[in-house]
Amino acid sequence: MIVAERKSIPELLEILQGHKKILVLGCGTCVTVCLAGGEREVSIISSALRIAGRVKGLDLKIDEMTIERQCDNVFIEQTAEAIQKVDAVLSLGCGAGVQAIAERYADKPVYAGLNTRFLGILEERGVWTEKCAQCGECVLHEYGGICPVTRCAKHEMNGPCGGSREDRCEVRPDRPCAWQLIYKRLKAIGQTDRLKQIKLPRDRSAGLDGGPRVIIREDHRI
Amino acid sequence: MCADSNSTIVAFCCHYCAYAAADLAGSMRLQYPANIRVIRTPCTGRLEVEFFLKAFEGGAAGVIVAGCEEGSCHFKDGNLIAKRRVNYTGKLLSEAGIEPERLRMVNVSAGNAPLFARAVKEMAETVRKLGPLHLAACANSTGESL
Repeated sequence: MIVAERKSIPELLEILQGHKKILVLGCGTCVTVCLAGGEREVSIISSALRIAGRVKGLDLKIDEMTIERQCDNVFIEQTAEAIQKVDAVLSLGCGAGVQAIAERYADKPVYAGLNTRFLGILEERGVWTEKCAQCGECVLHEYGGICPVTRCAKHEMNGPCGGSREDRCEVRPDRPCAWQLIYKRLKAIGQTDRLKQIKLPRDRSAGLDGGPRVIIREDHRI
Repeated sequence: MCADSNSTIVAFCCHYCAYAAADLAGSMRLQYPANIRVIRTPCTGRLEVEFFLKAFEGGAAGVIVAGCEEGSCHFKDGNLIAKRRVNYTGKLLSEAGIEPERLRMVNVSAGNAPLFARAVKEMAETVRKLGPLHLAACANSTGESL
């Protein structure tokens, strides 16, 4: 899932400067699961903004709404009436959600209330970790299901850098060395021979370096 | 009602400990400030961040969360969950421009009425020093005022 975290209240007040009637719009998918932009967080951030507004003497009118998915036009349509009533929208969706709302309501300011951080998983309660860099050319099958592009701080593709200490990453000592994990996993599934293959430099044009990506499925187009 | 110059303190009290302590404080004729409004909760672990914020939004000048002593929660770890949520809410209040001291968690056993009375007195004193808040939603449609 997409993992995001909220911006601070002072930052949000600065972003919303000049607007009186605001809709805080939540998203019921990824950002709900990572506790950043679901119905509950909409309520919390709205309350905090109202309190901050009153402390600063701003006359903020804040509406709250959460839809199932901000990145899907079917659900975006449900916001039409609520968005019409306000001066601006503070989207608690991911970066894709914010842009989808802004594209649909071209004459309404739409702001991001979250910082979209990464594609990851809930590793343990309250801890989310990055697992995929969306490089566009998945190599997980070659590394025992552990991604060196994402989880190795140096993106090493042909073995460890040699800097790890007691299986901890040299760059981020709070994280395990990805290459230690890759080796242990390949050994466990009897595929250490894969490590003998030299990996050539990746084709980075499949990633963001190749420009904004688009997938077209002709079989699904109308 | 718009609580314009409100110094009301909302006390969320766990049914299994602090609420009983508050009750006992009454039976023992212990004095504590009249601006305390006790709300009984099945466990402090039931309390969400929104509850605390809504209390302030509604005009409370302070919020005290009274749960069981650590290690004695009827539901195992509800009071520890509440502690983390209180800490998080404190950060949010601070960001919003309110003194985080206005929100406090205390641990009170069912038989410790004197501690309950002392804790709410201290809270009332803290709020008195900080002064009243004027956050009640008089004209705003959202949130009920105290």
